[in-house]
Amino acid sequence: MTMTPSDRAERELKNLEAVAGNGLLHRRAFLRGGAALAGAMTGYTLVPSAFGQQLADDAWSLVPGVPVPDYGTRSRFENNVVRTLTNPKGEPRTQHARTPHHLLNGTFTPNGLHFVISHAGDPDIDPDKHRLVIHGLVKQPLVFTLDALARYPMVSRMAFVECGGNSAPLFSLEPIQASVQALHGLVSCAEWTGVPLSTLLDEAGIDPKAKWIVAEGGDPPHLSRSVPLAKAMDDAMIALYQNGERIMPGNGYPMRLLLPGWEGNMNTKFLRRIQVTDQPGMTFYEARTYAPVLPGGKAYRFYFIQEVKSFITHPSPGLALKGPGFYEISGLAYSGDGRIAKVMVSADGGKSWAQAALQQPVLNKAFTRFRVPWRWDGGPAVLQSRAWDEAGYEQPTRAQLVAARGETTRVPAVTGFPSQHYNAITSWSIERGGEVKHVYA
Amino acid sequence: MYTRSLLGFAVTLTLALSARVAFAQTPNLGKPISPADIAAWDINVLPDGSGLPPGSGTPADGARIYAAKCSACHGPEGKGGVNGRLVGGDPIKTIEAEKTIANFWPFATTLFDYIRRAMPWPKPRSLTNEEVYALTAYILSLNKLIGENDTMNAQTLPKVRMPNRDGFIVRFPDRTP
Ligand code: HEC
Repeated sequence: MTMTPSDRAERELKNLEAVAGNGLLHRRAFLRGGAALAGAMTGYTLVPSAFGQQLADDAWSLVPGVPVPDYGTRSRFENNVVRTLTNPKGEPRTQHARTPHHLLNGTFTPNGLHFVISHAGDPDIDPDKHRLVIHGLVKQPLVFTLDALARYPMVSRMAFVECGGNSAPLFSLEPIQASVQALHGLVSCAEWTGVPLSTLLDEAGIDPKAKWIVAEGGDPPHLSRSVPLAKAMDDAMIALYQNGERIMPGNGYPMRLLLPGWEGNMNTKFLRRIQVTDQPGMTFYEARTYAPVLPGGKAYRFYFIQEVKSFITHPSPGLALKGPGFYEISGLAYSGDGRIAKVMVSADGGKSWAQAALQQPVLNKAFTRFRVPWRWDGGPAVLQSRAWDEAGYEQPTRAQLVAARGETTRVPAVTGFPSQHYNAITSWSIERGGEVKHVYA
Repeated sequence: MYTRSLLGFAVTLTLALSARVAFAQTPNLGKPISPADIAAWDINVLPDGSGLPPGSGTPADGARIYAAKCSACHGPEGKGGVNGRLVGGDPIKTIEAEKTIANFWPFATTLFDYIRRAMPWPKPRSLTNEEVYALTAYILSLNKLIGENDTMNAQTLPKVRMPNRDGFIVRFPDRTP
């Protein structure tokens, strides 16, 4: 009897070393197993069945195709890959558009799928009329046009932007059944290009009494946030481009403040004014909204940093496993304190851990994709990921986070924000039929 | 714990410095602008009261403006509307408790600043400074944070003591000037 490629793959797989409980394999198992192993992988959405059909030319390869459009959009077969909206009619309340992480792969977010939070809709800004003013505790107040800024030396960098309220449903006392998009969809990652803010502040001449900047947008709420001057002079950028094209309206067109690794709301969109000050503004969003309440009733103020975090995107709720066999567990890790140093993955609810492979290059304050090969035996499993960053911070367990930050007394709406800055572990339970559920473990 | 991140920082600094050497002369394409020309945009009010404009308003003035421009969304007398209540609020006991002006906001200046920049929601920046003072006075008075006849102006507003003024812990003291 001759050996089929899948028999061969099975044999190679049996020789692979399991490095942690419930079938987690060594992170380089795929490289070692080679093509045969890749062939034996079971997709999350494919139904495995023998291919008992003769190949033939399909209709689309027998006629000329459609003309190339001047601005490309994805295949119509991908039209289900969309953000979820909380307020599609733009009623007088905040709108949220969440990134579908379970339907994407890689490390950056396509512009049309970048998350957006908008407090009164996206303004329709004419870039020729937009101005950026720098004033306050400076030697010379200055006003910049977009044309002027476009002539400055620029820098490009990958950076995630995350809402301070991302993952807030995990403060619920009971796990809320929802997709990774609903639970963690308020974070995205893009390549941003623009002018270092330090260049412009240097040109205006900072007064020695200055300690903060207050940044303001030209959107209807004129959203404003205070940023310590040290951050403004470190890696802050006036971003003009997002993944190579001009910033999307929802992400701040024609310019936004980019504060790599810091709370999304502080990355002021539609940036029109920077006042250099000796004190923080205590604006609505820092005095009230982004001040998470702690058990006992006090609240945190100036929760600047989006701390080290990771979650598994594949598999995740809605991406069921189609039968026992081989899968790649993959997900996203990031930290506002620097690069990701290590991600560990467990398939037995945290009893044993395997080190995940990190997709290179691992960039500072940007998404890092991690991957681990896994052989699912069809039995119950609880998947978790846990990340460490180069500053030495460790992603907390949910129990650790809740001990310090509390949890709700009732199950909140999945779209609600019972608190903020949840960066603890997320657990997915694999049920017998391959369905994925959100659990606390 | 910080050693490695400091190292990263040092590297960035060196690069930034060499970049500055390369462009020793930055473009200087910003145009000088006078405070008078910034005035219409210069709307930040800081907790010590700097940035507060001339003018004043009383709760009685505010009540009339509120009925016309705010109550449709925030309810008569600041409660019972479709949008956030502006009056009252239970003491905060759970992490998900509703935050209100009375139980949470640490500075009264924030109220003036926010109304002036963002409200009324459908027509922001349509209120005069006098109207903003009056609405601020009205809402503070409904919350019993000032008297019914108190006038709010650049001197009185920053002195209003908010109940939750000391209810906060700075999360990252080493990064907060
Ligand atoms: C069309 C409805 C609408 C009208 C009219 C309106 N508001 Fe609002 N208001 C809102 C919404 C929506 C928010 C929440 C905004 C957010 O969180 O981004 C809000 C928030 C506020 C807040 C913050 C409340 C809190 O504690 O979070 C204040 C104060 C406020 N409005 C005052 C006013 C005043 C004063 C007026 C009248 C001049 C007014 N609003 C008119 C819709 C409205």
